Amino acid sequence: MSAAVETHDQAHHEEGDHHGHHHPFQAHHFETMQQQFDSGKLGIWLFLFTEILMFSGLFCAYIIYRYNHPEVFLFAHKYLDTTLGALNTVVLIVSSLTMALAVRAAQKSQQKLLVAMLTCTLILAGVFLVVKYFEYTHKFDIGLYTGRDNISYQLQNPSMYPEAHDELIKIQKAHAAAEHSAEEHTIAEEEKAAEHPSEHSSEHSAAAGHDAGEHGEDHGASIEALAHAPRNTQIFFGIYYMMTGLHGFHILAGMVAISWLLYRSIKGHFSASYFGPVDYVGLYWHLVDLIWIYLFPLLYLIRS
Amino acid sequence: MATITPDTQIDIGHNDDPNSNYLTSSRGFLSWALTLDHKRIGVMYLVGIFGAFFLGGVLALLLRLQLLMPEGTFSFISLDRYNQLFTLHGAVMTFLFIIPSVPAALGNFVLPLMVGAKDVAFPRMNLASFYLWVFGAIFFLIALVTTQLDTGWTFYTPYSIETQTNVIAATCGAFILGFSSIFTGLNFIVTVNTMRPPGMTWFKMPLFMWAIYATAIIQVLATPVLGITLLLLTAERVLHIGIFDPSMGGDPVLFQHFFWFYSHPAVYIMILPGMGIMSELMSVYSRKPIFGYTFIAYSSIAIALLGFLVWGHHMFVSGQSPMSAVIFSGLTFSVSIPSAIKVFNWVATMYKGNINLATPMCYALSFIFLFSIGGLTGLFLGALATDIHLHDTYFVVAHFHYVMMGGTVIAFVGGLYHWWPKMFGVMYNEFWGRVFCAVVFIGFNLTFFPQFIMGSQGMPRRYATYAPEFQLYHDLSTIGALTLGIGMVGAIAVLVISLFNGRKAPANPWGAATLEWTCTSPPPYYNFEHAPHVGSPYDYTGLKYDPQVGGYVRDPNAAPASESGH
Amino acid sequence: MSDQSNTHAIEADHSGHHEHVAHIMPLPFLIGTFLALLFFTWLTVFLADQDIGEIDIFIALGIATVKSVLVATFFMHLRYDKAFNVLMLLFCLGFVALFIGISLLDSTQYQPAIESFYNATATVEP
Ligand SMILES: [Cu+2]
Repeated sequence: MSAAVETHDQAHHEEGDHHGHHHPFQAHHFETMQQQFDSGKLGIWLFLFTEILMFSGLFCAYIIYRYNHPEVFLFAHKYLDTTLGALNTVVLIVSSLTMALAVRAAQKSQQKLLVAMLTCTLILAGVFLVVKYFEYTHKFDIGLYTGRDNISYQLQNPSMYPEAHDELIKIQKAHAAAEHSAEEHTIAEEEKAAEHPSEHSSEHSAAAGHDAGEHGEDHGASIEALAHAPRNTQIFFGIYYMMTGLHGFHILAGMVAISWLLYRSIKGHFSASYFGPVDYVGLYWHLVDLIWIYLFPLLYLIRS
Repeated sequence: MATITPDTQIDIGHNDDPNSNYLTSSRGFLSWALTLDHKRIGVMYLVGIFGAFFLGGVLALLLRLQLLMPEGTFSFISLDRYNQLFTLHGAVMTFLFIIPSVPAALGNFVLPLMVGAKDVAFPRMNLASFYLWVFGAIFFLIALVTTQLDTGWTFYTPYSIETQTNVIAATCGAFILGFSSIFTGLNFIVTVNTMRPPGMTWFKMPLFMWAIYATAIIQVLATPVLGITLLLLTAERVLHIGIFDPSMGGDPVLFQHFFWFYSHPAVYIMILPGMGIMSELMSVYSRKPIFGYTFIAYSSIAIALLGFLVWGHHMFVSGQSPMSAVIFSGLTFSVSIPSAIKVFNWVATMYKGNINLATPMCYALSFIFLFSIGGLTGLFLGALATDIHLHDTYFVVAHFHYVMMGGTVIAFVGGLYHWWPKMFGVMYNEFWGRVFCAVVFIGFNLTFFPQFIMGSQGMPRRYATYAPEFQLYHDLSTIGALTLGIGMVGAIAVLVISLFNGRKAPANPWGAATLEWTCTSPPPYYNFEHAPHVGSPYDYTGLKYDPQVGGYVRDPNAAPASESGH
Repeated sequence: MSDQSNTHAIEADHSGHHEHVAHIMPLPFLIGTFLALLFFTWLTVFLADQDIGEIDIFIALGIATVKSVLVATFFMHLRYDKAFNVLMLLFCLGFVALFIGISLLDSTQYQPAIESFYNATATVEP
């Protein structure tokens, strides 16, 4: 740790005048641009450590609950769409690349490339949130809210939530009627559908183009399956919403930061001699990507 | 240059008059409210935390007066109201007062001066930290005024999920205060790492800087866990996610793990800066280099790291498994080693020293006495078997007040007296300073020593009423609390009065060798005209008392400190 | 732009002296990292659908860790950063492990108590 000392080699020069021949973005209390950059870099790393420890609380809750109740995770992950999760993973990886290229462009004073790369990153962040929006709304459609509002919790407490129970009965009756009228569903298939609702639903959504009635049935099958969910399945969704929600909030904050960078880079503030903010936001953005790299297998790829 | 606004921190209305100091360089409300100067931010923090201290103190006195009678003195304090009062007393004192007291108020003022820098590394973040503190305090006040919080400052689940009081406002407040604390800590780590002047190697830093650095490490590593804990608690109340809620299959003990992973290290956020002040005071007022510099420096870091390994000692009787309890009990004893190293070194520093019993030194001596009692009684609580008996009794209350109040607050007031001439350029009345130090010392012991006795006899904490056999101890404690209150108000009054009639302070009234004493009192806006020369922080050989100045000056004839190996 | 060979940003500030500010990551490294990340993403999705048994979570987390090391090393420049930052990162991860490890250890021990409380009080029909 002699770095701090080494960077001050020319610190003994007279500091009588506070706004002279300095770089326009050098703050008055730093001796050199190098010191300013090093301070910013250490600062952003420390901030990232706080982020890691903050998320570690959620990971801790996840691991403890998964370790003690694996059956809940095995059941509930089927309501998460692996394809969309993988898509979002790729989106974030591409955005990480464009962010790294943006930092590189700033370091080499390539203003136009910098603006282009930041714009790409911003758009990809938007894509991520749009995909996330569709994932959330799909869950809300089925009734997979948090806590006592979660349909699986309500179905397991029929005395407290008679409406949910009534709906289930209605669906079951409709289902039975449908079975009588149309013979293409064998009993075996029904059982399979109850066990693997998402596979069931993806089969159906593939064929949904020519059958308008499919959506309602898909919905019904999901609810029927949820009636047989392991108890306290709602906690999985609590953890899921907290983890992805906090992560999504960080994406949103990153978008604000990238917009600010974009504004400044259009004004031409960044160059080889001053690119600190791009580097710092870049590091933050990569960390948000890193967290998703763990969230994806933990939430979407549960198989045993 | 003309088209781009420089990224510099020139405050509103600032002038470069060489005779002005940071207090007079600009005027007006906005020049304070929007200042980026670490000294002004430190002063604003000082005012703010004393407001919180006063509020917490009034609540404490109300509680003590209520306990004068076994069935309660005042009829307007119902049993529920009593719960709300002690919750607020605890929450205000920990979150609003003690945690920011030394680092954010004194540290902000002193640290950049000690490194010979113009400011902390991130002045804007520093100001943001202050405003976050203000907003956090406002949320706490909302929780106070709307429905009074009654969970205790620990917010244990499941009660904190079920209670009808305004837990959300209080958790939001604590969450925001957490960020305020993180910002301060982050700033200090970066300042110490990158802004030290040439020649100030790690082992030439004043020990106060080591202590603040160790504190900042804890603030950065532990506080985010508090953040997520409070976020989850809020989600628990709003969305009923169920992670901590046993009625939903959740795990209430997990909340305690989360909470204490922050809150045990947080007690070191509270005490370490106080220990840092002690190292400065002991050396300066004994006029002798600190004994065992490296040991004290390393013990600060050791306390910071070991402090993370012992959080389970708060959970011995609240559902934690016996295996973890044994592990945590064993680890808890390890923290006492670096703390004891410090105490031994302070005492050894005084040995054969030329002791100057100025007011700060009186506080420092009080600290050693009170902190030793607080630390040693902690061993009884860390030991598994005795803790089962003492858990949740007044013994615990007395223990942590001896450490937090007898340790941190006493060191804080001592440090405030020490740096007061530097901060405001005036000397206080030494006689009254010492008198009120004595009043505080007596009042403190009278308040909390009886609590050890009644605690060991089984008086539970947090009870609004008690068996008549404990009345003697409670009454002694209440009388002590009133004395302590008078002492504290008096100690602060001595300082405030000095602002109006105090003699002008010299640059170095105590003959200290750290860099903050080389600039004028109060410091100019830019702290140092020239980068100061860095010598050993505890080498007093070249400093001679000059009666004309009323303080110490560096003797030009003295041989320069020769041990500099740089 | 004389870029590929120039791996250090050299800048001349207004007063004329040169400063070494930071390392520029070569383009092939960035692209290579990117492709590796895509490959590992595909791999983890592919392996999830194979029947590997109990250890699949460890494989998935192992792949995630490889990916994060790649991101940290190249995208986040840690390979060329100050050793202090790397040290602090590892230190911070150590605290995460401590926090999660001890909480998990303890929770597995007292879990039966939670279970029996729940069974005694729950309104949920099994
Ligand atoms: Cu503790």
